[in-house]
Amino acid sequence: MNQGRTQFALLSRILHWLMAAMLLAMLFIGITMVASVRDYHKLVSLHRPLGIAILILAIVRLINRKLTTLPPFLPTMSERGRRFTTISERLLYMLMFALPLVGWGMLSAGHYPIVMFESVHLPPILPASPMLYAVLRKTHTVLAFLLFGTFLAHLGMMLFHTFIVRDRIINRMALWPVRSRNSTDTQAQS
Amino acid sequence: MNANQQDQTSGTNVPKLSATQLTVRSIAIGLVIAGIVCLFAYAGGWLTPIALTPKRFVDTFEHVNGLSPGFRRNHAKGLCFSGSFESNGRGAALSRAVIFRTGRVPIVGRFSLSGGKPYAADAATTVRGMGLLFKLPDGEEWRMAIINLPVFPFATPAAFYDQLVALAPDPATGKPDPARVQAFLAKYPESARAIQLIHGHAMSSGFENSTFSSLNAFRFIKTSGSIASVRWSMVPVQPFAPIDPATSEQADKKFLFDALIASVHRQPLQWHLIITIAKPGDPTDDATIPWPPDRQQIDVGTLTIDRVESEDTSPARDINFDPLILPDGVAASDDPLLSARSAVYSRSFTRREGEHKTPSAVSPAETENAK
Repeated sequence: MNQGRTQFALLSRILHWLMAAMLLAMLFIGITMVASVRDYHKLVSLHRPLGIAILILAIVRLINRKLTTLPPFLPTMSERGRRFTTISERLLYMLMFALPLVGWGMLSAGHYPIVMFESVHLPPILPASPMLYAVLRKTHTVLAFLLFGTFLAHLGMMLFHTFIVRDRIINRMALWPVRSRNSTDTQAQS
Repeated sequence: MNANQQDQTSGTNVPKLSATQLTVRSIAIGLVIAGIVCLFAYAGGWLTPIALTPKRFVDTFEHVNGLSPGFRRNHAKGLCFSGSFESNGRGAALSRAVIFRTGRVPIVGRFSLSGGKPYAADAATTVRGMGLLFKLPDGEEWRMAIINLPVFPFATPAAFYDQLVALAPDPATGKPDPARVQAFLAKYPESARAIQLIHGHAMSSGFENSTFSSLNAFRFIKTSGSIASVRWSMVPVQPFAPIDPATSEQADKKFLFDALIASVHRQPLQWHLIITIAKPGDPTDDATIPWPPDRQQIDVGTLTIDRVESEDTSPARDINFDPLILPDGVAASDDPLLSARSAVYSRSFTRREGEHKTPSAVSPAETENAK
């Protein structure tokens, strides 16, 4: 019945929700700013440091993932579901690194200063080059859409498990501690 | 759900959902996902095609001027330059920006004529621009795009957009349609007033003796954190001479650029950077309104241009002179044009950087050999 830990480690859970909020905010800031004349400057000034913060947290998160043992998959998850989850998690990790790095490289190639706040700025990571800028700028958009799609798949999978399979999958990631047995007092939403 | 007292990880002991329950729950999940997609689409402007977006601005520039791949969508015709800016230290009392400490920093820039046609003939009344990039010693940058007008003709992005369409030359006559111009000026009376001021302003004979102004207000921030509203101008050391529209009609297609190249080859050109400090109540969100002439003006340093270079070889071709690339100590005001300029310049930059480059109207051979 109670075979050890069923939750992710506390730091993993904190990082998960913190980065979920940041990545979702980033997607909406990004898509809003490119279509806005009024708020472009404010949003782009937020987009850059938030992107670098995500990059730093992604490094912390990857190290943390390597150092901790993951709880086993729920038995309710099919072989296909497990494969799907593994692929989407790998994709999310890859995008957490790729999006900020492509953004940073794109600004470098576009001859832009990489301003964080006040006088704090980062060095360029690529030489200035028009075509490189154009390619990376497009890549940044494509990756952002891919991230949005992967996020939707991840959310859809969670909702499917919570409301249709009803296996309390969210407990694995809940910020509060959840005991694996006698859990009537710690049910997920439904 | 309460029946589930078993090992809940199995999920097999939860009561089976009825067909109706399953349908309702599946639809609810679908709606949540669809709702997020709609929100995202709305944020991206896809659900509001009439909204004024950077894309619409740049599309309209391309529509009005015709598409010239690889060139800026506005101020398309230009000539690049390099030199230095020597700060006299007086600006340090106004802003904590590193550039205002006494000393010299390298600059690159670009002179330009307004309009989206890179091979258009130079004309006496075409608006002249100066794009500048100051490289600060700590790695920061200050960029600006300033023009030779006393005020900006349009107060808001919407007014700017409307004039692009209303004041565009009619293909049949080569001149703007008077009825549309009248309608535009009636809708934007501040533009009518600003255009009066601009017509009363004497155009100089060339780039080298033009005063280039920020027009938009900015904020200077001191080390103490106190903030002042400012505008600035590059005021030429080269003496003013009025342009003669009659002779310029006869001149060749590049007479303004030719004269500029010749004068730089004779001697370096210089401008003083003059900061004008607002008093409380001076408008900072409307570039069509001049500030009273008695406002304090401070000369903070001298710009020296000692070399001109064709766009074909200069790195300045691939620099976006975004007016909101500012060092610490200089910040945007509440002028709505600033964010709009930043957004539209960025979109124009992204498009042209990905396009095949064709030679500039002013060739490297012309810039090397003074006439």
